Amino acid sequence: MSHPTPVVEMRGISIEFPGVKALQDVDFTLRPGEVHALMGENGAGKSTLIKALTGVYAIDSGSIVVDGAPHTFAGPAAAQAAGISTVYQEVNLCANLTVAENVMLGHEPRRLGAIDWRATRRAAAEHLARLDLDIDPASLLSSHSIAVQQLVAISRAMVVDAKVLILDEPTSSLDADEVRQLFAVMRSLRSRGVAILFVSHFLEQVYEISDRMTILRNGRLVGEYATAELPRLELVSKMIGTSLEVLEKLEEAPKRSVAARADTQPYLRAIGLGRRGAIEPFDLDVYAGEVVGLAGLLGSGRTELARLLTGADRADAGQVEVEGTTTRLRTPRTALGHKIAFSSEDRKGEGVIGDLTVRENIMLGLQAERGWARRISAKRADEVVTKYVEALGIRPADPDALLRNLSGGNQQKVLLARWLATAPRLLVLDEPTRGIDVGAKAEIQRLVAELAADGMAVVFISAELEEVLRLSHRIAVLRDRVKIAEVTGDEVELDQVVELIASGGRS
Amino acid sequence: MITHELEPAPSPAGGAQPSGAAGGTLTRVASALRLDRRYIPVIGTLVVLLGMFALGASRYENFLSGRVISNLLINNSYLVVLAVGMTFVIIAGGIDLSVGAVVALSGITAASLFQSGWPAVVVIPLVILIGSVLGLVVGVMVHVFEIQPFIATLAAMFLARGLAYVVSLSSIPITDETIVWLSSTRIPLGETWSLTPSGIIALLVVAIAFVVLHYTRFGRTVYAIGGGEQSAVLMGLPVARTKVLIYVISGTCAGIAGFLFTVFSRSGYSLTGVGMELDAIAAVVIGGTLLTGGSGFVLGSVLGVLVLGLIQTIITFEGTLSSWWTRIVIGALLLAFVVIQRLLLVRRRV
Amino acid sequence: MKDALTTFTRSRIFWPVVALVALLVANTLKTSSFLSVRVQDGHLFGALVDIARNSSPLLLVALGMTLVIATRGIDLSVGAVVAISGAVACSFIASSPDPASPVTVLTAVGIAVGLSLVLGVWNGFLVSVVGIQPIIATLVLMTAGRGIAMLITGGQITTVNSPPFKTIGSGFWLGLPVSVWIAGLVFVAVAVLTRRTALGMLLESVGINPSASRLAGVHARTLIWTAYALAATFAGIAGLMISSNVMAADANNAGLFIELDAILAVVIGGTSLAGGKFSLSGTLVGVLVIVTLTLTVTILGVPPSVTPLFKAVVVIAVCLLQSPVVRAKLAARRRPAVVAPVPAKVGA
Repeated sequence: MSHPTPVVEMRGISIEFPGVKALQDVDFTLRPGEVHALMGENGAGKSTLIKALTGVYAIDSGSIVVDGAPHTFAGPAAAQAAGISTVYQEVNLCANLTVAENVMLGHEPRRLGAIDWRATRRAAAEHLARLDLDIDPASLLSSHSIAVQQLVAISRAMVVDAKVLILDEPTSSLDADEVRQLFAVMRSLRSRGVAILFVSHFLEQVYEISDRMTILRNGRLVGEYATAELPRLELVSKMIGTSLEVLEKLEEAPKRSVAARADTQPYLRAIGLGRRGAIEPFDLDVYAGEVVGLAGLLGSGRTELARLLTGADRADAGQVEVEGTTTRLRTPRTALGHKIAFSSEDRKGEGVIGDLTVRENIMLGLQAERGWARRISAKRADEVVTKYVEALGIRPADPDALLRNLSGGNQQKVLLARWLATAPRLLVLDEPTRGIDVGAKAEIQRLVAELAADGMAVVFISAELEEVLRLSHRIAVLRDRVKIAEVTGDEVELDQVVELIASGGRS
Repeated sequence: MITHELEPAPSPAGGAQPSGAAGGTLTRVASALRLDRRYIPVIGTLVVLLGMFALGASRYENFLSGRVISNLLINNSYLVVLAVGMTFVIIAGGIDLSVGAVVALSGITAASLFQSGWPAVVVIPLVILIGSVLGLVVGVMVHVFEIQPFIATLAAMFLARGLAYVVSLSSIPITDETIVWLSSTRIPLGETWSLTPSGIIALLVVAIAFVVLHYTRFGRTVYAIGGGEQSAVLMGLPVARTKVLIYVISGTCAGIAGFLFTVFSRSGYSLTGVGMELDAIAAVVIGGTLLTGGSGFVLGSVLGVLVLGLIQTIITFEGTLSSWWTRIVIGALLLAFVVIQRLLLVRRRV
Repeated sequence: MKDALTTFTRSRIFWPVVALVALLVANTLKTSSFLSVRVQDGHLFGALVDIARNSSPLLLVALGMTLVIATRGIDLSVGAVVAISGAVACSFIASSPDPASPVTVLTAVGIAVGLSLVLGVWNGFLVSVVGIQPIIATLVLMTAGRGIAMLITGGQITTVNSPPFKTIGSGFWLGLPVSVWIAGLVFVAVAVLTRRTALGMLLESVGINPSASRLAGVHARTLIWTAYALAATFAGIAGLMISSNVMAADANNAGLFIELDAILAVVIGGTSLAGGKFSLSGTLVGVLVIVTLTLTVTILGVPPSVTPLFKAVVVIAVCLLQSPVVRAKLAARRRPAVVAPVPAKVGA
């Protein structure tokens, strides 16, 4: 394969957010006429790298060269003007307008100063036709599926004659036919010399469409590979990695075998529980005193499963038994009534109440349970807060600090404290260690092990497979929104799970 | 993929959706059934309006006369213009509480300048410009200083009202020839129908607004911002400029409305237009524009104004009903429309 | 001490307090006796007492508004509720055989406040159950409310002659106007209700991050409903004060624009319209600023109708000083000792 001059060259890119090094010294090269997959687990830095390229984030160090000239874009509009168009996972178009308008908005042909709708629709139709998209340009965008909206967004990107097309997880909500349609479009664009940066967490798709891939892990570059030369298993292990530092810090937690459980009842039993479009019906038992890990790549349904167990989303199939009694977990409130607590992966959106203090954030769950009228006394609150600030090592150890001023790791500990204060019998932790520093990570892992040892049931989700393996007594493996396997105990090997994730246990 | 041709008969936004190839009867039937849901609220307003006409016609003689219908537009021409300006703001997801006070300010300023003998050619553009400048101030407050539209326009409302009081506290009659001519001229259209210069100006404003909203990039950007400001930014649209301009337009419309109201009452008074902004907002909402932004039509707002005017007319015809029923009926209609919009929204999500 | 001072100058309440003090100083310079309070017939009189008395209805409305705004809401209907409450009370008293009897007045007060509570429950229902945006949901009652008040009074300005009723707006108790006692009592009650129970913290958490609050098991619907119910109830009490003050119910003008004044007071007091953290003392200062401003205009001999202009200037000034852009500029100019809250970037 010849190597034409790169259209984008990023060298030594570093970006730091408060408390997190999002990218460290990352190189990235994109050539015309290739589909380049950007690979990595959640928090690896994929989105940050894209946003650095399109000018959404300012880079702390490094250089970006586009078309041979150094560039730093002030924002998406500037990047677009330079020929870099982005189609985001959540379609950033206007659902209240027609397809034609969404394609042409801001570039409509005009006659005598007025928009020439006939020409606009014709131009839009031409752009859509180039992508083999046969839809009425005059129809409302919102009347089409996400897949079609995605393609409309690509059409829009091509109106400005993009040299670089960034597709950030475009396939996450598409079905097989729609993916095929999208890939046909991508191939045709590639043959026309467009450089496509493709992000997806579906390995099959990456192998089908991409020419090369760049792998990131924890904000660092793992390497750049030709897709054909990198076996799938190797890719997964490179993405997941083995973070030795973490393992060293984590003392070998004695896994107490939950041997006696044949004659005991699970704390929670899910039977055929599912939700259309989120996760296929699954069975799952969680016993007191054990850690059940959920393994699978991002988008495999691991978060969706957790949300059904905790009332965060409502199931539309199956049932749940808590201590043998059938019940319905309609809201997080009912789940909390059953002593089931859920720590969401979306720390900022669904966890942190930034403008309240550490004390208030810790007491929130407990207080909500009691209702507003019976305020927990200051003395009792102090006891609880002091206990958890010390036990979890929350820094600064100031209960009156506003939570938004704490680092990510400490915010996470405060949220853990919130759930622990409600004395849950089942704690569901979705990515509790994401985006926090190594020390805090190890502390949280140790805590999970201790909680289980004390008899709490824990469901643990992490993008880092090592972590799941280390902590869990039992692992449920998910793939493409289906629970495909359950592996138990000491016989679990990393390779085994990786293989399950990569090939679905079929091979 | 189902293609459907849209051809709503008196389409409120026909310009956005003119027909392509001529469809057969079947397609037409299909299109009638698969009506673009953006038109549903407006059609609802139209049905309500026609229903009210039917109700009036069945109860009172002479209700469906050219005179009554002509007066409906003539007496509400200032509100039509206000509602047009408000439509821009609300489509973009904002709100403008200052328009009633701007009406008073431009009215009292006009009256006061006429009193000191200024010619109409200077006064009329000047009082309209007052509205534009206040709109610009609001736009800058909203966009540059990130003050919520609610508070920024509230401040502008106090500002305009205060300035109006400073100009004069008492009502000033206007004797200027141009204004007298404007307010007394009636252009007969057939036997019973007629139109006034104010009515013509209002219709002109509606026409211009329609063209701007549907045939300019600026107009489409207004919709895009209402559909999602973040998306509009990521699409590379000039969001900042558009947001400021929207308030300038609303202010200008308020200035024109103030001028029309001056013509209508042939005087200026600093206490006019109290609560007029609520009538304008109510007309826009009843006209099918979503207060969440992104969806609505100027012609819908015109229908909304007519509905409000017709309530007034019916209550006058009824004679025994007290005037306060107007407000209660408007409130009830508002509730009905808002709840229906909400239900439509819920169904769309499912 | 110096730290406390720094904290104060950096708090959002600083500029409103400065505005209030400036107004009081301006008045004292103009009329040296401004701050003096004299005793007459055992009652206190003076400009300060006037400010307190005139603030009472607005404070009541603004307190309810503060709670509603804390939940990310707004209540435009309180002015209409003021009118309805006054109309109901006056109509009941006027039509009763014995208007001067305390039982009649108490019943009238009970009915008026009860009806206001019902209206608040209606608003809360539209917002928290039906899910309509607060601004529209309350716009309905704002539009229809005055019509309803007119319906109750039959379109007349209903005047009453009832000494016990007059007490609410114009009476004195222990030297102070009864209305000041009522407003003070409600202020303390709200302060106790929000800060001694967990109501305040839970309202704030719902206002700051609704989804996180939901996952934490906070019952947002009840909380939001409570806020609207309280707002209307307080507006009802304010309506009683206003109608008792003039011994008449004017459905058209009673409480006209009081909702806007109340929202202004809340915003001036440093509670963001975006919801979340609220400050009752800030609202109190905001109310005092607005009322003192009105009084200042009168004392300075400016026609009272120019008040809106002054109000506009103050509002614009305070809003600009509180706007994120200006605050960032001011913070940058001062020494960078305190770490400015870093705007959280969303990481990958």
